[in-house]
Amino acid sequence: MIEVQGLTKRFGAQTVLEGIDLHIERGESVVIIGRSGCGKSVLLKHLIGLLQPDAGSIRVDGQEITRMNERQLLEVRRKFGMLFQSAALFDSMTVAENVAFAFRNRRDLTPAEIARRVAEALELVDLPGIEKKRPAELSGGMRKRVGLARAIVYRPEILLYDEPTSGLDPIVSDSIDQLIIRIRDHLRVTSVVVTHDMRSARRVGHRVALLHDHRIYAMGPTPSIFASTDPVVRRFIDGVSDPKHPDF
Amino acid sequence: MGLHCAWWSDWLCGLGRMALLARDAFASLLRRGAHPRDVLVQVHFMGVKSQSVVLITGAFTGMVLAAQTFFQFHKVKMDTATLAVVSVSMCSELGPVLTGLMVAGRVGAAIAAELGTMRVTEQIDALRTLATHPVDYLVVPRLLAAHIALPLLTAEAITVGIGAGYLVGVGLLGIDAAYAWHNMLRYTDLVDVTMGMIKAVIYGGIVALVGCYKGLNCRLGAEGVGRATTEAVVAASISILVSNFFLTLGLTPLLTGLGL
Ligand SMILES: Nc1ncnc2c1ncn2[C@@H]1O[C@H](COP(=O)(O)OP(=O)(O)OP(=O)(O)O)[C@@H](O)[C@H]1O
Ligand SMILES: [Mg+2]
Repeated sequence: MIEVQGLTKRFGAQTVLEGIDLHIERGESVVIIGRSGCGKSVLLKHLIGLLQPDAGSIRVDGQEITRMNERQLLEVRRKFGMLFQSAALFDSMTVAENVAFAFRNRRDLTPAEIARRVAEALELVDLPGIEKKRPAELSGGMRKRVGLARAIVYRPEILLYDEPTSGLDPIVSDSIDQLIIRIRDHLRVTSVVVTHDMRSARRVGHRVALLHDHRIYAMGPTPSIFASTDPVVRRFIDGVSDPKHPDF
Repeated sequence: MGLHCAWWSDWLCGLGRMALLARDAFASLLRRGAHPRDVLVQVHFMGVKSQSVVLITGAFTGMVLAAQTFFQFHKVKMDTATLAVVSVSMCSELGPVLTGLMVAGRVGAAIAAELGTMRVTEQIDALRTLATHPVDYLVVPRLLAAHIALPLLTAEAITVGIGAGYLVGVGLLGIDAAYAWHNMLRYTDLVDVTMGMIKAVIYGGIVALVGCYKGLNCRLGAEGVGRATTEAVVAASISILVSNFFLTLGLTPLLTGLGL
């Protein structure tokens, strides 16, 4: 479904990604973990064509998206749904208008049908009845979930989640994990999940990839990564820091 | 020297990219049209909410123009030509230019700030993931609305300016009403009015386009948005003032040649 080869990205003098290879099958769920600032969000934005790589190729359903112009990319993006790390809600619109945005140009849907699907999506993320509110009136976690509702409401084939459970309480985190698993299994959606939440990573991923030093340092089925004895992988999964100033 | 070169090439690049944005916007408008509702919202914002600014600017410009012209013309006993001067200069120069400048300050700044904030908070990226081109959704309605709103605002400023000039000239300074009116109609050509309206359409395009360009290309962070806003106002105002000279120079023979 998604094939990444030799992806390299630099911002000025800073190399963020170098020679990333990643193959994601249809219906598969891949979790990407890695240190803060190592380029997980940047990688995700490449998969949907928001950023263009300096080298390498990205194929979605066999189509090379790195050489497409913005108009061609728009067509490819109809397959995708994306949850941004910052939620990125449209702050001049209500929650309902945000979630219904993808239906803006759909003449085959009646307003009642759209309202029904919006309500259904908000129900799925545990936020029923907040259609009339504005993003500025929501808490961070609520915004995140509205962003999730906006990404899933039109039933895309591929979903990219950038830290879906960060900033959520444990109970809502659990229900979001369940939701991601349900979407994955019932709708056969291909998902790429960036997360720092190891419990969530263990549950939603068929495979896990650890991004380290601009590359994919380790990748494999979830149980084998979590059982790995490699020191870098171990330290990340167990969350061990190396104290820089032991006396401080 | 090197610094100068960099500045110039930046400036030229910006101009080129703005031209590409304009091409994109017009191509999108022709091919896909625009949502009437989005355009109306923008026309309302640009037109209705600029009323006070445009009315005050138009009225006081007309008044001071009438007074100053009268003081000079009175010396050579040409009192009754005062209103003709007010009318011609309001129609062809001051009306469109001052309206354009006021709208650049109000609307151009608002557009740049809004789009800049959307860019900084990843809302533009979110638009793109939802299969919506930022040019179709953000630039086209604003550009079209500015093309509609600015001529209307300019016509309003001209009317109010001439009216206020008439009140000052006839009511305050004692010019003969019938002669003043007659001379005004005699010396104001269709050319002047047409030129004012053409300029207004062009300035509308400049304000919206510069605002959108600066917003869409603003640097990340709050400072970037602030800078984009300032630059939008400055660049739009300068463009209006400079292009005004060339438009007058070019349009006058053209419109006269057309026999207006
Ligand atoms: N638009 C940009 N311009 C310049 N540098 C950028 C840009 N976006 C990201 N970077 C750089 O790329 C690196 C990776 O950023 P990214 O947002 O992908 O991190 P991340 O892995 O998602 O971190 P986190 O877990 O904290 O979200 C960072 O060092 C950042 O400085
Ligand atoms: Mg990130």
